[in-house]
Amino acid sequence: MGLDADAVLTRHGRDRTRLLDMLWDIQRAWGHLPEDVVAGIAEGLGTTANDIRETASFYHFFHTTPGGRYRIYLADTVVARMRGYDEVRARLEQETGATFGGPPDPTGSFSLLDTPCVGLSDQEPAMLVDSVVFTRLRPGKVADIIAQLRAGATPEEVANPAGLPHDDVAYVDHLVETNVRTKGPVFFRYPTDYRSLIRDCLVLTPEQINERISESGLRGRGGAGFSTGLKWQLCRSARGERKHVICNADEGEPGTFKDRVLLTRSPKQVFAGMVIAAYAIGASNGIVYLRAEYSYLIDYLQRQLDEMRADGLLGPAMMGRKGFDFDIRLQVGGGSYVCGEESALIESCEGHRGTPRLKPPFPAQRGFLGEPTCIDNVESFATIARILEEGPEWFRAMGTADSAGTRLLSVAGDCSRPGIYEVEWGTTLSAVLELVGAQDPMAVQVAGPSGECVSVAADGARQIAFEDLACNGAFTVYGAQRDLLGIVREHLKFFVDESCGICVPCRVGNTELLRGVDRVMAGHAAHADLDEMVRWSQIIRGASRCGLGATSPKPFLSTLQRFPDIYRSRFRTPHGVMLASYDLDEALAGYDAAMRELEEDVS
Amino acid sequence: MTIQLTIDGEVVTTTEGTPLVEVAAANGTYVPTLCHHPGSPCLGTCRVCAVRVNGAIAASCSLGARDGMVVEVNTPELRDLRRTIVEMLFVEGVHNCPSCEKSGRCQLQAVALDMRLEGARFPYRYPDREAEHDAARIWLERDRCIFCQRCVEFVRDRETGKKIFSISRRGERARIELDVELADAMPPEQVAEAVDLCPVGAILAKGVGYDVPIGQRRYEAWSLRNRVLGRRPS
Repeated sequence: MGLDADAVLTRHGRDRTRLLDMLWDIQRAWGHLPEDVVAGIAEGLGTTANDIRETASFYHFFHTTPGGRYRIYLADTVVARMRGYDEVRARLEQETGATFGGPPDPTGSFSLLDTPCVGLSDQEPAMLVDSVVFTRLRPGKVADIIAQLRAGATPEEVANPAGLPHDDVAYVDHLVETNVRTKGPVFFRYPTDYRSLIRDCLVLTPEQINERISESGLRGRGGAGFSTGLKWQLCRSARGERKHVICNADEGEPGTFKDRVLLTRSPKQVFAGMVIAAYAIGASNGIVYLRAEYSYLIDYLQRQLDEMRADGLLGPAMMGRKGFDFDIRLQVGGGSYVCGEESALIESCEGHRGTPRLKPPFPAQRGFLGEPTCIDNVESFATIARILEEGPEWFRAMGTADSAGTRLLSVAGDCSRPGIYEVEWGTTLSAVLELVGAQDPMAVQVAGPSGECVSVAADGARQIAFEDLACNGAFTVYGAQRDLLGIVREHLKFFVDESCGICVPCRVGNTELLRGVDRVMAGHAAHADLDEMVRWSQIIRGASRCGLGATSPKPFLSTLQRFPDIYRSRFRTPHGVMLASYDLDEALAGYDAAMRELEEDVS
Repeated sequence: MTIQLTIDGEVVTTTEGTPLVEVAAANGTYVPTLCHHPGSPCLGTCRVCAVRVNGAIAASCSLGARDGMVVEVNTPELRDLRRTIVEMLFVEGVHNCPSCEKSGRCQLQAVALDMRLEGARFPYRYPDREAEHDAARIWLERDRCIFCQRCVEFVRDRETGKKIFSISRRGERARIELDVELADAMPPEQVAEAVDLCPVGAILAKGVGYDVPIGQRRYEAWSLRNRVLGRRPS
């Protein structure tokens, strides 16, 4: 308590681009963003309080009104719903006396909030109590946690009774499991001497590094699959006094958690990749944009960066090389899926709303603060370190013609061994299902809601590869007992909640698509409605401003193609001239209700 | 640099980088727009100017002309796409044209009339959005807002450069906020400019209502299409 605007401003050098950091400081101190402190920040930054709220209100972890002493965010995900989410949710309401999305309980102790996937699909249900994470929840476990909090323990004390230091991997391991199921060839193999690796890289010219990355055939691991070598060359040749390297650790795609595990097990492999990128493109400034859901990694990652600085692997004149100054800072997000889009992420790094920019220009030309920026995924940077260690040929020899190397899969859902698997690109869907112990699988959500929901029966021989089934790392198995249409609804709802709202097709269209699926589920739709929904989907995908709208109808489209019966079985046969969606009984019931109200008003 | 591209099969010549929507207008092809404000930075929010460029759908306000581009504007598919986006705006807000102060000079209405829009394929939502009446001279009618961002980006306090209009929240709950103190400091001519800048009837000046006779209002006297194409009123 008691942290005032001036102290916050001073801590962050009165730098408008550090607004998210300031908002976090205020919220940690006050529990929310008090109006007078926001006004003080606005004054100190020479702007209006509305301008500060413009940024703050975009992110779902920032609150302008007070809540309970503890805010509990229960992850509402498709996988959690397979694992007893409903019972946990009910028990949380019962034990706290608060309701989800409603006001705090009468004692002011707890607020309950829904949140999308927190990157723990291998250990759901999971919740955050403020920034402290609890996994594998059961009703009894929830009751115990709430009882301890009521008795005066802090979330931190409940989760970490041994008082493990936060910057130690033991602390992270105590909170969450990493579930790494494979070792090598690229990831989780053996400890690397990053000092030697970076030293060997600095002997090469930046052009030689770029050539090696291009020769390796590496394509960005975030999902879009753009050639990393080409991106780096564009960034290197872009004109700019200063350049930046940003690591996208905003792993928000429901079902993925590989970046969390990479940052836990191999943070220096990731940071070494960033140093190599900085050298190759001529960058001096590095940022790791970490999603707020992974806040329990902050102290641990800071320590890794400190160790690298102490080793001379970050900082000015690195390894005695004059003119090569590069350091990395952590930027914690505020809760927003669209910030995983590279230009929205840059906006967020600058202290703004995560609104995707118009392209062109691309970040390699004009990125962070309008300067050339190389932005890559966590897994890409970790891969780069290994490519420079083993050589591009070694890497190129793995995978397929268009997809070199390997891919980390975050496997969850109906399987006996959920966790992180490294597979060569080109591995078939069936082979992965066998590897992970899939249980009576019917469908697989490949690449999360923004990817494809494929049929195990029809698509088993297909390959995980950019040229066939592109995959950003999420691999969620649905057993035969699962309600696919319900899953489609969850995913569409996710996109409605996470749309930034800046463009019309995404903001309005996704809601209409969700309502369309609701009509199908209610048995109020006919075949013609589906044709309409397909057309809306094409418009949303084609006309939206960024990748969110370009992919958001895919849960609907891919299931309609692979599993048409989940829709057909709920069709209503239209009668006469009335629309299938017109419910005569409901309309007449409305008349009765109105008459009753009228009578009550009269009497 | 002078370059050539085709619009609906016709070869046209222009300067590289000119926004496609303006290239089209200069060559007699009308593309509807709502957020686009000639001479100001591109907003790219409404997407009503969607066309196909080399086969891919793109907002023609946000893309600069390049040599050899193949631009399609008036195919049945693209007309339907643009119409659908306009319909989305009509169902999302509350647009009672006959009773709106901006009727006859509303760009959304003019675009819809040009498309001969008579209804929408989506159910009307009739949202209940709070209006902002606290400022002395400006009145913000959020029901009619299409969230184009013109006011947010182009209206600034003349002394400090601070934003007078801003955004809050996100997604379908996002809305425009007004800084009442700064709004009250706006000189009358800036209020008039803000009202004019708003493509719909969301920003209105207090004390002014229906000040132009029906039939003589902006787009009645000179249609939006003819204005954009530089043709005289018909």
